Amino acid sequence: MKLAACINHVPDTATKVNVGSDGKTIDRTAVTYVISPYDEFAIEECLRLKEQHGGEVTVISLGSDVHKESLRKALAMGVDKAVLLKDDSVRDSFAVARGLADYLKELSPDVIIFGKQSVDYDDSAVGLMVAEMLGLPSVSVVVKLEIADGKVRAEREIEGGCEIAETKLPAVFTAQKGLNEPRYPSLKGIMTAKNKPIEERPASAVEAKVETLAMRKPPAKPAGKIVGTDVSAVPELVRLLHEEAKVI
Amino acid sequence: MKILTFAEQRENKFKKPAFEAVRTARALADEAGGEVVALVVGSSVQSIAPALGGYGAQKVLVAEDPRLEFYSPTAYAKLIAEVARSLQATLVMIPATAMGKDLAPRVAVKLDAGLAVDCTAVRIEGGTLMATRPVYAGKALNDVKMNSEVKVLSLRPNVFSSGASDGTAAPTEKVPLALEEQDFASRVLGIKQSSGKLDVAEADIIVTGGRGLKGPENFAMIEQLAEALGGAVGASRAVVDAGWRPHDEQVGQTGKTVSPSLYIAVAVSGAIQHLAGMSSSKYIVAVNKDKEAPIFQVATYGIVGDAFEVVPALTTEVKKLLGKS
Repeated sequence: MKLAACINHVPDTATKVNVGSDGKTIDRTAVTYVISPYDEFAIEECLRLKEQHGGEVTVISLGSDVHKESLRKALAMGVDKAVLLKDDSVRDSFAVARGLADYLKELSPDVIIFGKQSVDYDDSAVGLMVAEMLGLPSVSVVVKLEIADGKVRAEREIEGGCEIAETKLPAVFTAQKGLNEPRYPSLKGIMTAKNKPIEERPASAVEAKVETLAMRKPPAKPAGKIVGTDVSAVPELVRLLHEEAKVI
Repeated sequence: MKILTFAEQRENKFKKPAFEAVRTARALADEAGGEVVALVVGSSVQSIAPALGGYGAQKVLVAEDPRLEFYSPTAYAKLIAEVARSLQATLVMIPATAMGKDLAPRVAVKLDAGLAVDCTAVRIEGGTLMATRPVYAGKALNDVKMNSEVKVLSLRPNVFSSGASDGTAAPTEKVPLALEEQDFASRVLGIKQSSGKLDVAEADIIVTGGRGLKGPENFAMIEQLAEALGGAVGASRAVVDAGWRPHDEQVGQTGKTVSPSLYIAVAVSGAIQHLAGMSSSKYIVAVNKDKEAPIFQVATYGIVGDAFEVVPALTTEVKKLLGKS
């Protein structure tokens, strides 16, 4: 089975976000970059499917050279190949998807897995755009994936429950937390990853359709009110919620 | 401006975000001059369609077929794009629900359209449509514009007001369908409901418990408070990772982002990733023993005290107020 995981290299979730000097993108000072957390589930699922069905796992990322750090971590987890589609510019989801789709068309995997959203821009779009561009079916926000004889049964999370979905390979999936537990790279994995090659190619040039005019911090919240320090504050809290906030 | 709004329904009932999307489309069309047409897709939806007129739809298109009973990404996206093209719609609005987030990217590619996802504000400035959307889990906001002829927008649920229906019944029209088996390449067979409880993503009141509750058995009082308020139970990442609560209750950056009217955080410290998931709640109450807990920085009201005493007292007081025994 030919498996591909597409990953992004993003600020970690503990980052205190500040606006950079261009007024449109994040200030990168002192920011730690990691594999986008949902993408780890994608890598892990590809590794598990390889263990079950045999085959090869390729991990792909589109971006500047720094994305190689995340590609190395994926290699350390055990993927067979890593590819950097190189581009230093800021792209929107459409342009990222097009760059990935052009490469994936060549690679022609049976299974392509993305994280359900990249934790920087939270678009939840790239994976599904790639599916559409490649003319492939998809199931997004997957918490369970069963593949046998080219047929797929998946569970996808929706409000208040799960949809049971079916499709056939080749297909695209986006991973939700709960799909699996990503493995920690072994020491051996980390050591061998250092010497594994990362294939580099230019990402196909595409014009973005969405332009960010400004990035700003949300309006500051006014200071709250400490109503009290024990049970005796409860009646006042309920009164405030009822009369002032009017939410109950 | 011609706006096509996708009105999501499940089990032949509209989801509230569908009304919010129609109303918001109406407001934009009124400002810029234009028309709002809604689209409903399903197996038995003709009878609910006219209700969208009450929220501002001038016409409702109905795509009805037994095969459309459950969601199919490929079939639904194809329908929306075809209808958008035949209407020559310049804007397609979709609620950013689970279904909407799945649909919008495919529809955008089919229409070669710029896509703004999960918007919390939309407006027209100097004749151009602009949208604001949260990024970095809401730690920042991006103001964006789409440089494409056709634009696709999805709206975050529970942010835009649907207003009350004025009772107008919109005229409806059946969409001629030419669906083939291959259009259903990916399809839903059925739905597994999570024990009938209210999902945090759809609740207007949420009571969340954190690690300070010390053990899963102590969530009983959280459930009771949520029930008394008619709300949903939420969970911090720590308690989900500890196995005390299921993942679908997790609120936060790697859980769900919520914007209810009232969010009560009990024994939750307020890690940056948790705040990212709930800080746009309209009113926030924090109950925590530690006065330095970061949660107090975003709380409207706080009690610095022992959750094990405060929460049951809160439930009793709420029941008294609401006249429940």
